[in-house]
Amino acid sequence: MDYTRRQTLLMALGATAAALVLPQAARAAIDEAVAAFTGGAEIGSEGITLTAPEIAENGNTVPIEVDAPGAVSIIVLAGGNPSPGVVTFNFGPLAAEQRASTRIRLATTQDVHAIAKLADGRFVQTSSEVKVTIGGCGG
Amino acid sequence: MLKFEGCLAMISRRHFLQAGLATSALYGASSFGSWSRLAAQQRLTQSDLIGTSGPGTLTVIHVTDIHAQTVPLWFREPEVNLGVGDAVGRPPHLTGAAFRAEFGIEKGSALDYALTYEDFVALGRTYGRMGGLDRIATVVKAIRAERPDALLLDGGDTWQGSLPALKTQGADMVKLFRALGTNAMTSHFEFTLGIDRVTEIVENELGFPFLAANAYDTTWDEPAYPAFELFERAGTKVAVIGQAFPYLPIANPKWLFPDLSFGIRKDRLASVVDEVRAGGAEVVILLSHNGFDVDRKIAADVPGIDVILTGHTHDAIPEPVQVGQTFLIASGSHGKFVSRVDIDVDGGAMKGLTHRLIPIFSDVIAPDPEMAALVEETRAPFKAEMSEVLGKADGLLYRRGNFNGTWDDLICDALLTERDAEIALSPGFRWGSSVMPGEDITREHVFNATAMSYPQAYRTEMTGETLKTVLEDVADNLFNQDPYYQQGGDMVRVGGMGYRIDIHAKIGARLSDMTLLSTGEAIDPTRSYVVAGWASVNEGTEGPPIWDVVEAHIRNKGTVSPSPNTSVVVAG
Repeated sequence: MDYTRRQTLLMALGATAAALVLPQAARAAIDEAVAAFTGGAEIGSEGITLTAPEIAENGNTVPIEVDAPGAVSIIVLAGGNPSPGVVTFNFGPLAAEQRASTRIRLATTQDVHAIAKLADGRFVQTSSEVKVTIGGCGG
Repeated sequence: MLKFEGCLAMISRRHFLQAGLATSALYGASSFGSWSRLAAQQRLTQSDLIGTSGPGTLTVIHVTDIHAQTVPLWFREPEVNLGVGDAVGRPPHLTGAAFRAEFGIEKGSALDYALTYEDFVALGRTYGRMGGLDRIATVVKAIRAERPDALLLDGGDTWQGSLPALKTQGADMVKLFRALGTNAMTSHFEFTLGIDRVTEIVENELGFPFLAANAYDTTWDEPAYPAFELFERAGTKVAVIGQAFPYLPIANPKWLFPDLSFGIRKDRLASVVDEVRAGGAEVVILLSHNGFDVDRKIAADVPGIDVILTGHTHDAIPEPVQVGQTFLIASGSHGKFVSRVDIDVDGGAMKGLTHRLIPIFSDVIAPDPEMAALVEETRAPFKAEMSEVLGKADGLLYRRGNFNGTWDDLICDALLTERDAEIALSPGFRWGSSVMPGEDITREHVFNATAMSYPQAYRTEMTGETLKTVLEDVADNLFNQDPYYQQGGDMVRVGGMGYRIDIHAKIGARLSDMTLLSTGEAIDPTRSYVVAGWASVNEGTEGPPIWDVVEAHIRNKGTVSPSPNTSVVVAG
């Protein structure tokens, strides 16, 4: 039978296309996206939670949740993707809570970043490493 | 045998009780040392092994990772079990002399035999096989004679690992563990029977709770199984929370349980702990299949858990390991050990506990006649098939160890020869019984090392670059500095190729000097190599079942002569 490259990797009990050191360009793309969102303002780290799996079960649909009480807007960035911008959530004044969840696609093992703009104009951010692996042989 | 270019720092023996008293008011005592001298003098009796109760009246019995081994067996513990990050040189990452020094075990004693690898063959001939569900039943009954409401908790990896379990799709083990009086279980390899079979067992055959706080339905993102069970025992409300193996859909074939998602989900665990505490639980026990290092981190990250009954990584640790206000218990695998934990509860909270790791020496503990009959009944239909002699071993066949074992060398040789490959890959499973030198190799032995539901021995081509990527990925699943990124198991075994590994490096930089052993040439990243392997997690993998490949190879060879494997060099 013919195997695709992905199947071959799966068959071999595990593989990843992981490039843990982000290429310079990707790093710059994230910095650019953050700067565009914050206007260069200082960014704190308290008051924002990003929930993501440590290891993705399927890199094509990785469940994430962001929660930043008092936020008017939250952006999610994935620097290891061809295009780092993933999603922007905007919360109106009547939103009961500033929390959102979705599923995102991750090309490779990378840090996922979430940055929130709070109602008082401050910014906070957090990040979480999500490993994208194809297999293992645990047992 | 591995070559070591560096060595592990050995830490001095930690005096558990003192350390425990220094950090909190809890006590966590082990009654383990009190009979080691007796054991060394070979005057062990059944009652010495089972012992008497500690001051605590809430008694919990823990068995885990039995891998369907229902009769006494040989099982050699690892020679190489390396820790990374915070786990370097700490239990369970101690072997041989370091292990003996840490726990005050005499060289050559019964406990040395049970817990370490050195002189395994000679000590095995002295102290005999270990395990057997009929002996375990004797221990459980003895404890329950004294403490009738003792809880018996099973950490999972119960329904897989033998020919009868494979052919009955776990029905034999379900029946036996029900007869043993199990009160709750969690899971891992259970799911490799396929979701339909798991559902059939859980709904119709099991008769006790199947717990998994971290198993979710992927469609609705809702809990798929009960997270916990509340018991009232010895006048105490105790919550048992289950945690299945977090990386089932990655380390095992997701297509066998396509609608389930797992993961560590520590926030979920924290909320379940809050829920059971709010519901009046005075003692909270996590029945876990996370693996020891993951659980050590969970104990630090999730407050409110009194005891974690660890599993998955097959570690047997003779003392409780305390992290903050939580005690970790590690009860070994394959039925070699049963843990007894007596929890002392006062004023609605755990005051401390005593732990006894009971080694199941099959020549010392008498079989329970009822369980012996049941075990015999489950094995009878397969007896002729299992007992067929395929060849002979003139050295010890064993599997456990981070990089290689003689069983895996044999499997890799079988793949290279029978599948005409240049390189063989065999998964780093930690289950499977040992075969003593001079012993006949039976079909049962082969199934003990290979029986599972995705056994196809594939043959394909991979470039040198792909091979490197594969090995780096598996190494990172084992040696990532953060336990939450580890999947348990050992390094994928390789036949026909050697390499050097620095376990403390980052992914992509651990492996070097990959060499094709047949020519002595460096692996060429651009060349294609013929690779044979088994246990692919990929749906639709084709090839004969691995047990047929191994059986043919053993028959062709007649006598199998394991030789030291020097093809993996561990650096750093």
